[in-house]
Amino acid sequence: MKRSDKLRIIFGRLIQAIPSIIGIIIVTFILTRALPGDPAVYFAGPAATEKSIQEIRTSLGLDKSMLEQFWIYASNLARGDLGVSVSTGLSVKEELIRRLPASLELTFLALLFSIGVALPLGIAAATRPNSWVDQFCRIVVTAGVSLPVFFTGLFMVYLFYYILGIAPAPLGRLDIIYLSPPSITGFYTIDALLDGDFETFGAALSQMILPAITLGIFTLAPLARMTRGAMLQVLSSDFIRTARASGLKRSTVLYTYAFRNALLPILTTLGMVFSFMLGSNVLVEKVFAWPGIGSFAIEALIVSDYAAVQGFVLAMAILYVLLNLTIDIVYTLVDPRVGLES
Amino acid sequence: MSNTFPLLDIKNLSVEFRTRSGVVKALEDVSLEVFRGEIVGIVGESGSGKSVSALTAMGILDPAGHVTAGSISLGGLDVLGAGEAVLQTMRGQQASMIFQSPRTSLNPIRTVGKQIGDVLHRHNMADRQNLREKVIKSLKTVRIPDPDRRFDAYPFELSGGMCQRIMIAMALACSPELLIADEPTTGLDVTTQAAIMDLIRDLSRERNMATVLITHDLAMAADYCDRIIVMHAGHVVESGSSHDLFTSPRHPYTAKLMKATPHGGGNLDDIASIPGGLPDLRGVLPPCRFSGRCERHEAICDSSAMISKEVSPNHFVNCQRPL
Repeated sequence: MKRSDKLRIIFGRLIQAIPSIIGIIIVTFILTRALPGDPAVYFAGPAATEKSIQEIRTSLGLDKSMLEQFWIYASNLARGDLGVSVSTGLSVKEELIRRLPASLELTFLALLFSIGVALPLGIAAATRPNSWVDQFCRIVVTAGVSLPVFFTGLFMVYLFYYILGIAPAPLGRLDIIYLSPPSITGFYTIDALLDGDFETFGAALSQMILPAITLGIFTLAPLARMTRGAMLQVLSSDFIRTARASGLKRSTVLYTYAFRNALLPILTTLGMVFSFMLGSNVLVEKVFAWPGIGSFAIEALIVSDYAAVQGFVLAMAILYVLLNLTIDIVYTLVDPRVGLES
Repeated sequence: MSNTFPLLDIKNLSVEFRTRSGVVKALEDVSLEVFRGEIVGIVGESGSGKSVSALTAMGILDPAGHVTAGSISLGGLDVLGAGEAVLQTMRGQQASMIFQSPRTSLNPIRTVGKQIGDVLHRHNMADRQNLREKVIKSLKTVRIPDPDRRFDAYPFELSGGMCQRIMIAMALACSPELLIADEPTTGLDVTTQAAIMDLIRDLSRERNMATVLITHDLAMAADYCDRIIVMHAGHVVESGSSHDLFTSPRHPYTAKLMKATPHGGGNLDDIASIPGGLPDLRGVLPPCRFSGRCERHEAICDSSAMISKEVSPNHFVNCQRPL
């Protein structure tokens, strides 16, 4: 397939995602309004009178019909205005720009950790079935899925911060004695590096290690299990026998032949794990006081902060579309049989 | 031929598979010899131990399989005693193997040119500069049209017959002395089958290679092989020149196998199936593993250990009561 063809197909895929994003906008709009609870009552406070509640409702535009409200929301959205979060008072766009990188940075590091442990472990387990590595892999997988994230998180804080004292306090992205680096990508570690400030880089990284490992342990399980299973299946296939019969080196057979073929199911799992992590790291964010998008969404949801919830869901939807597209592209790079059309 | 020493010499080989449901005695006391320049057929039903013998000779037996007795010598190399590094160098360089279902026997996500190149590179037959040229040369030897374009093809873009040619090119890339072809034409259509078999025969003759053809197709073995070894349930039951075996089969199993093979011009009604199936290879087995299916079975078959009799020069039968 020619490069220009590929680019055209990728562009086509992005266009195809537009209807689903429009669908998501409509559905979240309706769902947030179907939620129990009246934001006007909530923000008026416990001592509010009927009149003041009515005033707040009017000022939020909630007295208008659903259709009118949607029209206002949609036309604002078209101008890139996501509205104002009534709970924080800041514009939703600003909140997302500030919080999304925090979550993404944490998720990426957790994913890196999880890949770094799960893939070698899975490969080692598959090449030596029923050996101690295989048993160890089994234990890690079982432990990973059965230990709840908040538990591992609290346990790590207890052990590494409280008892051993080698981890920094679990209080967000950066210790207060440091200034946050100039915002370029929003990723503190990368921004600090771009700024040439290695001290801040180290500080930001050390804040991230515990939450990233906590998150990573949970996602390690499906990845390690999938790697082991996929490798086992590929290693028993005919072409591996051919490769061995041709005298190819063990490393060539294992990596060039087996692993590249096992990569396809691993990639699929990776995509699922990643999207799962983004949406569900709220527990980790709570434990480590991480100013991420998950805790923002939960708080917004509790107080029926419509604009914030809608903004969050929209950001997630776009992220998912991009994620799936990335995985599709990587798929075609790995497997020549996969066309982007399907 | 028999005055020189054999290239592949398997002596009294026994192989067991330890499975969850018990120990499977896949091979028992198997001896066979293959000389340079000859094409030897190993014939038998599925599960008779043809492939296990070949895989053991290549040193790539499944980890569940264990050699319990015997020796294998390949061009003077003690295969069962050699280390993995030695065996790796041996594979591809001294002995190669091709398999059935060529499409799944090639790496689906690597171009066929690169796969042949991997083998050449591994055995130091080519460096980065002349790799492509050497691969194309080996594609030419298996008569692949337009080899320059095929270099960059993936297996899924080629037909089954073409894939088998690629497999042969890969196996012969480093000019091995022994080629083992394990049911090379299974799953190919009839005209392609003949073309592939002709190719294997021609290349074997040209290079004076020892060739082992594993097949369940007795007629094909008769067409292409100088000598045939018949296997049943992990035993060698009869061996001899193709001519001897065809004109006067001495083991009841060989005779039945021939009756079960369709011949051109023959009547379909003449085809007789062999009663029963292969015995369960777990547990205690009688000395003759064919006795349960044999019409000539008598008390002596169960009491005496099996011995190999030379019924005529170079024609051996393992049977107490040969035909």
